[in-house]
Amino acid sequence: MNDYPWLTTLIVVPLVGALVTGFLPRVPGGDLAKKVGLGFAALTLLLAAAAATQYSPGAELQLTEERDWIEPLGVHYALGVDGLGLLMVLLTAVLVPFVLLASWRDTDEPAAGGVRQGSANAFVAWALALEALSIAVFTATDVFLFYVVFEATLIPAYFLIGGFGRSGRSRAAVKFLVYQLAGGLIMLGSVIGLYVVSARQGTPTYLLTELAALDLDGTTGRWLFVGFFIAFAIKAPMFPVHTWLADTTEKATPGTSVLLVCILDKIGTFGMLRFCLGLFPEASQWATPAVVILALISIVYGALVAIGQDDVLRLIGLTSLSHFGFIVLGIFVFSSNGGSGSILYMVNHGIGTAALFLVAGFLMRRTGTSRISEMGGLEKVTPVLAGMMLVAGLAAAGLPGLAPFVSEMLVIISAFDYAWWAGGVAVTGIVLAAVYILWMYQRTMTGPTTLPAVEGMVDLDRREVGAVAPLLLALVLFGFFPMPLLDVINPYVEDTLVDVGISEDSPTVKTPAYLEAGLR
Amino acid sequence: MNEFVKPTIEYAELSPLLVVFAVACVGVLVEAFAPRSVRYLTQTVLAAAGLVAALAATIWVGTGLDVLETAGGDEVARGLIGAMGTIAVDGPTVFLWGLTLVFAILSVLLFAERRLEGGVSAFAGQAAALPGTDAEREASTRGLEHTEVYPLMMFAVGGMMLFPAANDLLTMFVALEVLSLPLYLLCGLARRRRLLSQEAAMKYFLLGAFSSGFFLYGVALVYGYAGSMEFADINEAVRNDVNNQGLLLTGMGLLAVGLLFKVGAAPFQSWMPDVYQGAPTPVTAFMAAGTKVAAFGALARLLYVAFGSDRWSWQPMLWIVAILTMVVGAVLALTQTDIKRLLAYSSIAHTGFLLTGVLGLQARGDLALGQITSLQAVLFYLATYGFATLGAFAVVTMVRDSAGEATALSRWAGLGKEAPVVAGVFAFFLLAMAGIPLTSGFVGKWTVFAAALSADAWPVVVVAILSSIVAAFFYVRVIVLMYFSDPVGEGPTVTNPSVLTATAVAVCAGVTLLLGVLPGPLLDLAAQAGEFIR
Repeated sequence: MNDYPWLTTLIVVPLVGALVTGFLPRVPGGDLAKKVGLGFAALTLLLAAAAATQYSPGAELQLTEERDWIEPLGVHYALGVDGLGLLMVLLTAVLVPFVLLASWRDTDEPAAGGVRQGSANAFVAWALALEALSIAVFTATDVFLFYVVFEATLIPAYFLIGGFGRSGRSRAAVKFLVYQLAGGLIMLGSVIGLYVVSARQGTPTYLLTELAALDLDGTTGRWLFVGFFIAFAIKAPMFPVHTWLADTTEKATPGTSVLLVCILDKIGTFGMLRFCLGLFPEASQWATPAVVILALISIVYGALVAIGQDDVLRLIGLTSLSHFGFIVLGIFVFSSNGGSGSILYMVNHGIGTAALFLVAGFLMRRTGTSRISEMGGLEKVTPVLAGMMLVAGLAAAGLPGLAPFVSEMLVIISAFDYAWWAGGVAVTGIVLAAVYILWMYQRTMTGPTTLPAVEGMVDLDRREVGAVAPLLLALVLFGFFPMPLLDVINPYVEDTLVDVGISEDSPTVKTPAYLEAGLR
Repeated sequence: MNEFVKPTIEYAELSPLLVVFAVACVGVLVEAFAPRSVRYLTQTVLAAAGLVAALAATIWVGTGLDVLETAGGDEVARGLIGAMGTIAVDGPTVFLWGLTLVFAILSVLLFAERRLEGGVSAFAGQAAALPGTDAEREASTRGLEHTEVYPLMMFAVGGMMLFPAANDLLTMFVALEVLSLPLYLLCGLARRRRLLSQEAAMKYFLLGAFSSGFFLYGVALVYGYAGSMEFADINEAVRNDVNNQGLLLTGMGLLAVGLLFKVGAAPFQSWMPDVYQGAPTPVTAFMAAGTKVAAFGALARLLYVAFGSDRWSWQPMLWIVAILTMVVGAVLALTQTDIKRLLAYSSIAHTGFLLTGVLGLQARGDLALGQITSLQAVLFYLATYGFATLGAFAVVTMVRDSAGEATALSRWAGLGKEAPVVAGVFAFFLLAMAGIPLTSGFVGKWTVFAAALSADAWPVVVVAILSSIVAAFFYVRVIVLMYFSDPVGEGPTVTNPSVLTATAVAVCAGVTLLLGVLPGPLLDLAAQAGEFIR
């Protein structure tokens, strides 16, 4: 079974699901498309799990497939996963079924005065299309192919934001799209630059394995790095190109926000690791000081702005800005702790923030508002909802025993290794996280109830519990046993650091002493 | 005095050209002698059959081109210089002929559409009748239509084919006029909004004549410099003669003005929005796709073959023109409220992207084996751009209200709900023009940027990327309008077209998708076309 094209299957299955659900008859209030879509998502998850069993921990690319695609441009249809890619694929495959389950009622006809929603068929179809393209992004080992699917993810994302959610969403969709397109086009410059450089050094190619052998140091490499980095920074998002984030999460449905923030935005940090560090080690080290400072600003600024929010979805969106700051910080301090912590953080953030978004969606469905100031005292009415909100929130705040704590610790330790001030600033992110999470909980769940809708409000039903409980269990599980994840992550991180380390011979770059220490 | 020498004509190699011109002449005779009732059918069939025959001849010529080699056995170019040194039938020529003919065939389908206007074509019933007079109303009630548009179009096609094949300055000038004059006329023949249409024709004619004057003056100066009209001799003179640089540079500049006017590059772009808006939409579609192909072919041949050795002189000029064109096209498109004007400005921006490819000319030795050449990039981009533009204008003919085509952008709001398929196809064309991956526009953009970047024209590429971002915004705006805005008033309607327009749209959409997913074969074909013959 080793030659079986696992990764292509993983892309094709949800894509077929998207087409099928898209063309199913549209019955108002009907569940058929959702059930079929959920079936396809579950099948993808099973296949992803099966593919994971074929993977053996190690640094090299596995489950590879390679075919010529556009020969004149040196473009291949090449797929493969390393530890990082595998985890991201699994994260995607895990989250989508839960999103579909949690969004079951989001496309229903709204109550009087509500905003008209797109059809359920369309939501499921776009979500599955997004899943297929995201998996393609995480497995592409040809830069051109990566770019193509990277941009293609915008189309389902755009229609998910524009078609579903609250009023003002089409504006948010345009803002999202224009930001992402701008980043993508800047990256296009670098992608083409890679072609030109590879042509000058022999034959033009886009294959990651062949590009890695090129000499991409010096000024050209730095410019190409900058092009890639800007695109990924917009995607991630990082300060100062984050402003699309809060608008989007506020207007889109929580399910869409999960797909965007927990899966799609990971492409940003994934790309930094795979392309910025993988192809331009020298330029990455050159850029480290600037990137670290931007990451620190993201951590603190995101948290501070989140504290001030009155809209629960905006708040959660902005917490992600802070969390992505941690991830980027861990990546760019170049130590095994930082690298492993970051990748672990990408997984944990995916699960934790997904739970938080989905619970917030349930909350809004019951209260009919997203304003924190209009809620209050709900823990007595809906204890299960409140409990889940608390667990998901505390995970985001980095409480020991829950998964994000481990990754946050690793990143902060590595930040202190890098420089005392970096660690010091990063720590404040944790303190602020406790403030925004607990304050939000206090204002929504405790105290007197002020909402008129509280009469007859019911707690979470079985479907809703089923959509979030497994995520919370995973948070607890990985909080105590992160080793299965780290076993997959560590070989990848060591390999990447060795890559980066090769350029240390250059006298202009300060050799980080912690590098060896961390590797031992 | 020399004896008169009978010119030798390579009839076989020139057959596509001859077929098109012959059909055009027959078309004129049909107008003169056939009864009115059968003209429509005769003319459409004649034009379509003629173009298909010419396309078949082009393919036949293309497969049999002689290969020219250097002493070392490297392939330099393919083809021959025929008709006493005036016409070059080489790889790029054949590629451009094929492209022009395909676009012309699709345009004939649009020209022949009669269901959208309720049984008559999109052209004026009687062009001579003043707008708003009894004569016009009478022409309209009698269901008159001008079938002269087909021979006119065939002459324009002939000119478009001759233009990039011209191997000396005079032939190029003649081709320029042959392609332009019928277009001036066609622009003024709209059935609806006739004043706008006539104004467009007038503007196009005056400015076009003006630019022809520049071109002709340039021809004279370059002749004065080189002592010959032929590109090869001019090239020879450029290599050897270091005197009279002023004459050469002025001549080159004036020739460039004439050609840059035709492609719609800034600062010679001002006619495009008015003409694109005023002309009957099928003509706009034909003109946008065909003229661009022909004029870029001619521009590239002139610059590469005649002035190739002096590229350090013209490359900086093209840098500035390309940058200016992209910025003007993208920025002014932002404020447009009419879909045809919007597409016109988008066309200007695309001219800038094409120029980015043209200025990426490099010596053969500077390129790696198999690397994209600038000519290959330009040829490929022309194909992608032509299909997307033609398709987009074809969709414009279908969106109508009681006053004809509803070209005001505000009338397009909510089209996505009204006619999901049509809106979807149009959105797809817009995405292609914006250069989103998996559409042809992306690969096209990639190739021209790659060509420019390998020639170290990175400032141009940076501007190109920035204008692409701006351009993406206005394309997206239209998509948003169609899908996420509620219709104003009674809303737009999509009139069901006959199979003719539907076929044209389907072909354009299909090709746009195909070239986005599998561009390899066409890129190979463009690579095989090779270099211009010298």
